[in-house]
Amino acid sequence: MVRLITHNLLACHAKGCTSNNFPLQLKDVQVELRDAEYNADFLRGFISRIEWPALVDAARQLGDTSLPNEPPEMMDDDFLQKLHHVLLEIHIEEGAMICPNCAHVYPISNGIPNMLLAEHEIG
Amino acid sequence: MIPTPDLSHLSRGDYDHVYEPAEDTFLLLDALEQDATELLRSRPLICLEIGSGSGCVSSFHSFSNYPPVYISTDINLHACRCTRRTGLQNKIPIDSILTSLTGALMHRLSHAVDVLLFNPPYVPTYSDEADDAQHDAGIAGAWAGGADGMQITNTVLQQVEPTADQSVQSLLSPTGRFYLVAVKENDVPGIRQRMLDEHRLQSQIVLQRRAGREHLFVVRFSRG
Ligand SMILES: C[S@@+](CC[C@H](N)C(=O)[O-])C[C@H]1O[C@@H](n2cnc3c(N)ncnc32)[C@H](O)[C@@H]1O
Ligand SMILES: [Zn+2]
Repeated sequence: MVRLITHNLLACHAKGCTSNNFPLQLKDVQVELRDAEYNADFLRGFISRIEWPALVDAARQLGDTSLPNEPPEMMDDDFLQKLHHVLLEIHIEEGAMICPNCAHVYPISNGIPNMLLAEHEIG
Repeated sequence: MIPTPDLSHLSRGDYDHVYEPAEDTFLLLDALEQDATELLRSRPLICLEIGSGSGCVSSFHSFSNYPPVYISTDINLHACRCTRRTGLQNKIPIDSILTSLTGALMHRLSHAVDVLLFNPPYVPTYSDEADDAQHDAGIAGAWAGGADGMQITNTVLQQVEPTADQSVQSLLSPTGRFYLVAVKENDVPGIRQRMLDEHRLQSQIVLQRRAGREHLFVVRFSRG
Protein backbone atom coordinates (compact mmCIF):
# COMPACT_ATOMS: atom_id res chain seq x y z
CA MET A 1 0.00 0.00 0.00
CA VAL A 2 1.09 3.52 -0.57
CA ARG A 3 0.19 5.49 2.50
CA LEU A 4 1.25 9.10 2.58
CA ILE A 5 4.00 8.08 4.99
CA THR A 6 5.39 5.91 2.18
CA HIS A 7 4.91 8.56 -0.45
CA ASN A 8 6.97 10.83 1.80
CA LEU A 9 9.87 8.37 1.62
CA LEU A 10 9.99 7.67 -2.12
CA ALA A 11 12.07 9.64 -4.59
CA CYS A 12 12.90 9.19 -8.25
CA HIS A 13 16.04 7.11 -8.71
CA ALA A 14 16.39 7.11 -12.48
CA LYS A 15 19.90 7.51 -13.83
CA GLY A 16 21.18 11.04 -13.39
CA CYS A 17 18.02 12.23 -11.64
CA THR A 18 19.43 13.47 -8.36
CA SER A 19 17.92 16.87 -7.74
CA ASN A 20 14.31 18.05 -7.62
CA ASN A 21 13.41 14.32 -7.70
CA PHE A 22 11.14 14.56 -4.64
CA PRO A 23 8.23 14.60 -3.87
CA LEU A 24 6.73 12.53 -6.63
CA GLN A 25 3.54 14.05 -8.03
CA LEU A 26 0.35 12.06 -7.61
CA LYS A 27 -1.73 11.39 -10.69
CA ASP A 28 -5.15 9.79 -11.21
CA VAL A 29 -5.09 8.27 -7.77
CA GLN A 30 -7.79 6.17 -6.13
CA VAL A 31 -7.74 6.32 -2.39
CA GLU A 32 -9.07 4.08 0.35
CA LEU A 33 -9.33 4.97 4.02
CA ARG A 34 -8.43 2.35 6.60
CA ASP A 35 -8.24 2.77 10.37
CA ALA A 36 -4.81 2.43 11.91
CA GLU A 37 -3.81 2.13 15.53
CA TYR A 38 -3.11 5.55 17.05
CA ASN A 39 0.21 5.96 18.83
CA ALA A 40 1.11 9.49 19.93
CA ASP A 41 4.68 8.60 20.95
CA PHE A 42 5.38 7.18 17.53
CA LEU A 43 4.04 10.28 15.80
CA ARG A 44 6.07 12.62 18.01
CA GLY A 45 9.18 10.60 17.21
CA PHE A 46 8.48 10.27 13.53
CA ILE A 47 7.85 13.92 12.81
CA SER A 48 11.58 14.61 12.49
CA ARG A 49 11.78 12.12 9.61
CA ILE A 50 9.01 13.77 7.60
CA GLU A 51 9.51 16.24 4.79
CA TRP A 52 6.72 18.46 6.00
CA PRO A 53 5.83 20.57 2.95
CA ALA A 54 5.71 17.41 0.80
CA LEU A 55 3.27 15.78 3.21
CA VAL A 56 1.02 18.81 3.46
CA ASP A 57 1.01 19.14 -0.29
CA ALA A 58 0.21 15.48 -0.95
CA ALA A 59 -2.62 15.57 1.58
CA ARG A 60 -4.08 18.69 -0.01
CA GLN A 61 -3.94 17.10 -3.45
CA LEU A 62 -6.08 14.33 -2.00
CA GLY A 63 -8.52 16.82 -0.52
CA ASP A 64 -7.32 16.73 3.08
CA THR A 65 -6.53 20.25 4.24
CA SER A 66 -6.22 19.51 7.96
CA LEU A 67 -2.48 20.05 8.30
CA PRO A 68 -0.87 23.47 8.90
CA ASN A 69 1.90 24.81 6.66
CA GLU A 70 4.42 24.37 9.44
CA PRO A 71 4.36 21.70 12.12
CA PRO A 72 3.14 23.44 15.30
CA GLU A 73 5.41 23.80 18.32
CA MET A 74 2.75 22.46 20.62
CA MET A 75 1.92 18.98 19.39
CA ASP A 76 -1.40 18.55 21.11
CA ASP A 77 -3.69 15.61 20.68
CA ASP A 78 -5.87 17.36 18.18
CA PHE A 79 -2.92 17.97 15.86
CA LEU A 80 -1.50 14.46 16.34
CA GLN A 81 -4.85 12.90 15.47
CA LYS A 82 -4.87 14.80 12.19
CA LEU A 83 -1.29 13.83 11.47
CA HIS A 84 -2.12 10.22 12.29
CA HIS A 85 -4.94 10.22 9.79
CA VAL A 86 -2.93 11.83 6.99
CA LEU A 87 0.19 9.71 7.45
CA LEU A 88 -1.28 6.32 8.18
CA GLU A 89 -4.91 6.03 7.17
CA ILE A 90 -5.03 7.32 3.61
CA HIS A 91 -4.00 4.54 1.22
CA ILE A 92 -3.39 5.09 -2.45
CA GLU A 93 -4.51 1.92 -4.21
CA GLU A 94 -4.29 2.88 -7.86
CA GLY A 95 -2.71 5.66 -9.87
CA ALA A 96 0.78 6.88 -10.57
CA MET A 97 3.61 8.93 -9.14
CA ILE A 98 5.53 11.18 -11.48
CA CYS A 99 9.00 12.61 -11.03
CA PRO A 100 8.89 16.42 -11.01
CA ASN A 101 12.36 16.49 -12.58
CA CYS A 102 12.55 13.84 -15.31
CA ALA A 103 8.81 12.99 -15.61
CA HIS A 104 9.44 9.28 -15.04
CA VAL A 105 6.12 7.57 -14.28
CA TYR A 106 5.94 5.08 -11.40
CA PRO A 107 2.59 3.26 -11.50
CA ILE A 108 0.69 2.14 -8.42
CA SER A 109 -1.43 -0.95 -8.86
CA ASN A 110 -3.31 -2.88 -6.17
CA GLY A 111 -1.58 -0.72 -3.59
CA ILE A 112 1.91 -1.63 -4.74
CA PRO A 113 4.13 1.07 -6.21
CA ASN A 114 6.26 -0.09 -9.11
CA MET A 115 9.59 1.66 -8.62
CA LEU A 116 11.52 -0.63 -10.98
CA LEU A 117 13.63 0.97 -13.68
CA ALA A 118 14.51 -0.39 -17.09
CA GLU A 119 18.13 -1.49 -17.45
CA HIS A 120 19.19 1.69 -19.25
CA GLU A 121 17.58 3.89 -16.59
CA ILE A 122 19.53 2.43 -13.67
CA GLY A 123 22.16 4.82 -12.32
CA MET B 1 7.57 -16.85 22.63
CA ILE B 2 6.59 -14.55 19.82
CA PRO B 3 4.22 -16.49 17.56
CA THR B 4 5.34 -17.28 14.02
CA PRO B 5 3.29 -15.16 11.60
CA ASP B 6 0.10 -16.63 10.21
CA LEU B 7 0.75 -17.67 6.61
CA SER B 8 -2.42 -19.70 6.14
CA HIS B 9 -3.62 -17.35 3.36
CA LEU B 10 -0.68 -18.40 1.14
CA SER B 11 -0.97 -21.51 -0.99
CA ARG B 12 1.25 -23.87 -2.99
CA GLY B 13 0.53 -21.74 -6.04
CA ASP B 14 2.03 -18.71 -4.31
CA TYR B 15 5.17 -20.66 -3.47
CA ASP B 16 5.65 -21.53 -7.14
CA HIS B 17 6.61 -17.88 -7.56
CA VAL B 18 7.68 -16.75 -4.11
CA TYR B 19 10.27 -18.07 -1.67
CA GLU B 20 8.60 -20.28 0.89
CA PRO B 21 9.83 -19.59 4.44
CA ALA B 22 12.57 -22.07 5.25
CA GLU B 23 15.35 -22.61 7.79
CA ASP B 24 17.06 -19.34 6.85
CA THR B 25 13.82 -17.43 7.40
CA PHE B 26 13.25 -19.08 10.76
CA LEU B 27 16.81 -18.44 11.89
CA LEU B 28 16.27 -14.75 11.21
CA LEU B 29 13.01 -14.83 13.19
CA ASP B 30 14.79 -16.53 16.08
CA ALA B 31 17.51 -13.89 16.00
CA LEU B 32 14.93 -11.10 16.10
CA GLU B 33 13.14 -12.82 18.95
CA GLN B 34 16.39 -13.14 20.86
CA ASP B 35 17.02 -9.40 20.41
CA ALA B 36 13.38 -8.38 20.95
CA THR B 37 13.88 -6.65 24.30
CA GLU B 38 16.79 -4.58 23.05
CA LEU B 39 15.06 -3.79 19.78
CA LEU B 40 12.01 -2.59 21.61
CA ARG B 41 14.10 -0.49 23.97
CA SER B 42 15.75 1.27 21.03
CA ARG B 43 12.31 2.52 19.94
CA PRO B 44 12.75 1.97 16.22
CA LEU B 45 10.75 4.18 13.89
CA ILE B 46 11.61 2.71 10.51
CA CYS B 47 12.17 -0.94 9.77
CA LEU B 48 13.22 -1.84 6.23
CA GLU B 49 13.31 -5.37 4.90
CA ILE B 50 15.02 -5.95 1.58
CA GLY B 51 13.78 -8.99 -0.34
CA SER B 52 10.70 -9.64 1.78
CA GLY B 53 9.44 -12.69 -0.17
CA SER B 54 6.36 -14.09 1.59
CA GLY B 55 6.43 -11.26 4.14
CA CYS B 56 7.01 -13.70 6.98
CA VAL B 57 9.84 -11.69 8.55
CA SER B 58 8.29 -8.23 8.29
CA SER B 59 5.08 -9.58 9.84
CA PHE B 60 6.85 -10.93 12.89
CA HIS B 61 5.65 -9.10 15.98
CA SER B 62 9.03 -8.44 17.52
CA PHE B 63 8.31 -4.81 18.32
CA SER B 64 4.63 -5.31 18.97
CA ASN B 65 4.17 -2.64 21.64
CA TYR B 66 5.75 0.09 19.64
CA PRO B 67 4.75 0.03 16.02
CA PRO B 68 7.45 1.27 13.70
CA VAL B 69 6.89 1.77 10.01
CA TYR B 70 7.58 -1.43 8.13
CA ILE B 71 8.77 -0.93 4.59
CA SER B 72 9.67 -3.87 2.40
CA THR B 73 11.11 -4.23 -1.04
CA ASP B 74 11.35 -7.08 -3.51
CA ILE B 75 12.07 -7.31 -7.24
CA ASN B 76 9.44 -10.02 -7.58
CA LEU B 77 5.91 -8.64 -7.97
CA HIS B 78 4.37 -11.85 -6.61
CA ALA B 79 6.52 -11.47 -3.52
CA CYS B 80 5.40 -7.87 -3.05
CA ARG B 81 1.79 -9.00 -3.23
CA CYS B 82 2.34 -11.85 -0.78
CA THR B 83 4.12 -9.52 1.63
CA ARG B 84 1.25 -7.11 1.58
CA ARG B 85 -1.28 -9.89 2.16
CA THR B 86 0.78 -11.40 4.96
CA GLY B 87 0.94 -8.02 6.63
CA LEU B 88 -2.82 -7.62 6.46
CA GLN B 89 -3.34 -11.18 7.72
CA ASN B 90 -1.16 -10.45 10.76
CA LYS B 91 -2.46 -6.91 11.31
CA ILE B 92 0.85 -5.26 10.51
CA PRO B 93 0.63 -2.60 7.83
CA ILE B 94 3.61 -3.26 5.59
CA ASP B 95 4.43 -0.83 2.82
CA SER B 96 5.46 -3.28 0.14
CA ILE B 97 7.43 -1.71 -2.68
CA LEU B 98 8.41 -3.24 -6.02
CA THR B 99 11.99 -2.17 -6.50
CA SER B 100 15.51 -3.56 -6.58
CA LEU B 101 17.22 -3.44 -3.18
CA THR B 102 16.74 0.08 -1.82
CA GLY B 103 16.04 1.87 -5.11
CA ALA B 104 13.76 4.91 -4.66
CA LEU B 105 14.26 4.81 -0.88
CA MET B 106 17.96 5.60 -0.67
CA HIS B 107 17.44 9.33 -1.09
CA ARG B 108 14.98 9.78 1.77
CA LEU B 109 16.10 6.98 4.06
CA SER B 110 19.60 8.31 4.35
CA HIS B 111 20.59 7.79 8.01
CA ALA B 112 17.01 6.90 8.84
CA VAL B 113 16.68 3.11 9.00
CA ASP B 114 16.58 1.81 12.56
CA VAL B 115 16.25 -1.86 11.72
CA LEU B 116 17.45 -3.20 8.38
CA LEU B 117 16.77 -6.84 7.49
CA PHE B 118 18.10 -8.81 4.55
CA ASN B 119 17.86 -12.50 3.89
CA PRO B 120 19.49 -12.34 0.46
CA PRO B 121 19.86 -14.73 -2.44
CA TYR B 122 23.04 -16.22 -0.95
CA VAL B 123 23.67 -19.44 -2.89
CA PRO B 124 26.92 -19.39 -4.91
CA THR B 125 26.13 -19.70 -8.63
CA TYR B 126 27.69 -18.67 -11.90
CA SER B 127 27.52 -14.93 -12.30
CA ASP B 128 25.34 -15.27 -15.42
CA GLU B 129 22.84 -17.32 -13.48
CA ALA B 130 22.50 -14.58 -10.88
CA ASP B 131 22.20 -11.91 -13.57
CA ASP B 132 19.46 -13.87 -15.32
CA ALA B 133 17.64 -14.47 -12.05
CA GLN B 134 17.75 -10.77 -11.22
CA HIS B 135 16.49 -9.94 -14.66
CA ASP B 136 13.65 -12.48 -14.56
CA ALA B 137 12.65 -11.44 -11.03
CA GLY B 138 11.10 -14.83 -10.36
CA ILE B 139 11.75 -17.64 -7.93
CA ALA B 140 15.41 -18.14 -8.94
CA GLY B 141 16.04 -14.59 -7.70
CA ALA B 142 15.38 -15.90 -4.21
CA TRP B 143 18.57 -17.93 -4.13
CA ALA B 144 20.94 -17.26 -7.07
CA GLY B 145 23.74 -15.23 -5.52
CA GLY B 146 26.53 -15.29 -8.12
CA ALA B 147 30.20 -15.44 -7.15
CA ASP B 148 30.55 -16.63 -3.54
CA GLY B 149 26.81 -16.03 -3.27
CA MET B 150 27.69 -12.38 -2.60
CA GLN B 151 26.79 -10.63 -5.84
CA ILE B 152 23.56 -9.10 -4.55
CA THR B 153 24.58 -8.80 -0.90
CA ASN B 154 27.72 -6.82 -1.78
CA THR B 155 25.66 -3.98 -3.22
CA VAL B 156 23.67 -3.72 -0.02
CA LEU B 157 26.79 -3.83 2.14
CA GLN B 158 27.95 -0.69 0.32
CA GLN B 159 24.73 1.13 1.17
CA VAL B 160 24.49 0.41 4.87
CA GLU B 161 27.16 2.76 6.10
CA PRO B 162 29.45 5.22 4.31
CA THR B 163 33.06 4.33 3.69
CA ALA B 164 35.81 6.38 5.28
CA ASP B 165 35.72 8.92 2.44
CA GLN B 166 31.95 9.41 2.95
CA SER B 167 31.38 9.16 -0.77
CA VAL B 168 28.35 6.89 -0.63
CA GLN B 169 25.08 7.39 1.15
CA SER B 170 24.17 5.42 4.18
CA LEU B 171 20.99 3.82 5.42
CA LEU B 172 21.50 3.16 9.11
CA SER B 173 20.30 5.68 11.67
CA PRO B 174 22.74 6.48 14.50
CA THR B 175 21.39 3.60 16.59
CA GLY B 176 20.46 1.48 13.57
CA ARG B 177 21.03 -2.25 13.36
CA PHE B 178 21.41 -4.40 10.31
CA TYR B 179 20.58 -8.12 10.37
CA LEU B 180 22.02 -10.15 7.52
CA VAL B 181 21.51 -13.83 6.77
CA ALA B 182 24.55 -15.56 5.30
CA VAL B 183 25.92 -19.04 4.68
CA LYS B 184 29.40 -20.33 5.27
CA GLU B 185 30.32 -20.07 1.56
CA ASN B 186 29.76 -16.31 1.75
CA ASP B 187 32.81 -16.06 4.04
CA VAL B 188 31.21 -14.60 7.15
CA PRO B 189 34.53 -13.68 8.85
CA GLY B 190 35.55 -11.88 5.65
CA ILE B 191 32.28 -9.92 5.51
CA ARG B 192 32.62 -8.88 9.14
CA GLN B 193 36.23 -7.79 8.71
CA ARG B 194 35.41 -5.80 5.61
CA MET B 195 32.49 -4.03 7.29
CA LEU B 196 34.76 -3.14 10.19
CA ASP B 197 37.68 -1.94 8.07
CA GLU B 198 35.76 -0.12 5.37
CA HIS B 199 32.62 1.01 7.19
CA ARG B 200 33.62 0.91 10.87
CA LEU B 201 30.65 -1.25 11.71
CA GLN B 202 30.86 -3.67 14.60
CA SER B 203 29.22 -7.03 14.21
CA GLN B 204 28.10 -10.06 16.14
CA ILE B 205 26.96 -13.48 15.07
CA VAL B 206 23.55 -13.58 16.69
CA LEU B 207 22.77 -17.17 15.78
CA GLN B 208 24.14 -19.93 13.61
CA ARG B 209 22.65 -23.28 12.72
CA ARG B 210 23.28 -26.23 10.45
CA ALA B 211 20.29 -27.09 8.29
CA GLY B 212 20.91 -29.97 5.93
CA ARG B 213 23.83 -28.97 3.76
CA GLU B 214 23.71 -25.30 4.72
CA HIS B 215 25.54 -23.68 7.59
CA LEU B 216 23.46 -20.57 8.24
CA PHE B 217 24.34 -17.41 10.13
CA VAL B 218 22.56 -14.27 11.23
CA VAL B 219 25.02 -11.42 11.62
CA ARG B 220 24.07 -8.16 13.30
CA PHE B 221 25.93 -4.97 12.37
CA SER B 222 25.80 -1.73 14.32
CA ARG B 223 27.96 1.23 15.24
CA GLY B 224 28.92 -0.62 18.43
C1 LIG C 1 16.13 -15.99 0.41
S1 LIG C 1 14.69 -15.11 -0.13
C2 LIG C 1 14.10 -14.45 1.43
C3 LIG C 1 12.62 -14.17 1.47
C4 LIG C 1 12.10 -13.78 2.85
N1 LIG C 1 12.70 -12.56 3.33
C5 LIG C 1 12.38 -14.90 3.84
O1 LIG C 1 13.23 -14.68 4.72
O2 LIG C 1 11.74 -15.92 3.73
C6 LIG C 1 15.39 -13.69 -0.98
C7 LIG C 1 14.38 -12.66 -1.48
O3 LIG C 1 15.10 -11.56 -2.05
C8 LIG C 1 14.44 -11.14 -3.23
N2 LIG C 1 15.42 -10.44 -4.07
C9 LIG C 1 16.39 -10.96 -4.86
N3 LIG C 1 17.07 -9.99 -5.49
C10 LIG C 1 16.53 -8.81 -5.07
C11 LIG C 1 16.79 -7.43 -5.38
N4 LIG C 1 17.73 -7.09 -6.23
N5 LIG C 1 16.01 -6.50 -4.78
C12 LIG C 1 15.02 -6.85 -3.92
N6 LIG C 1 14.74 -8.12 -3.60
C13 LIG C 1 15.47 -9.09 -4.17
C14 LIG C 1 13.89 -12.40 -3.82
O4 LIG C 1 12.86 -12.15 -4.75
C15 LIG C 1 13.43 -13.15 -2.56
O5 LIG C 1 12.12 -12.81 -2.22
ZN1 LIG D 1 13.41 11.61 -12.04
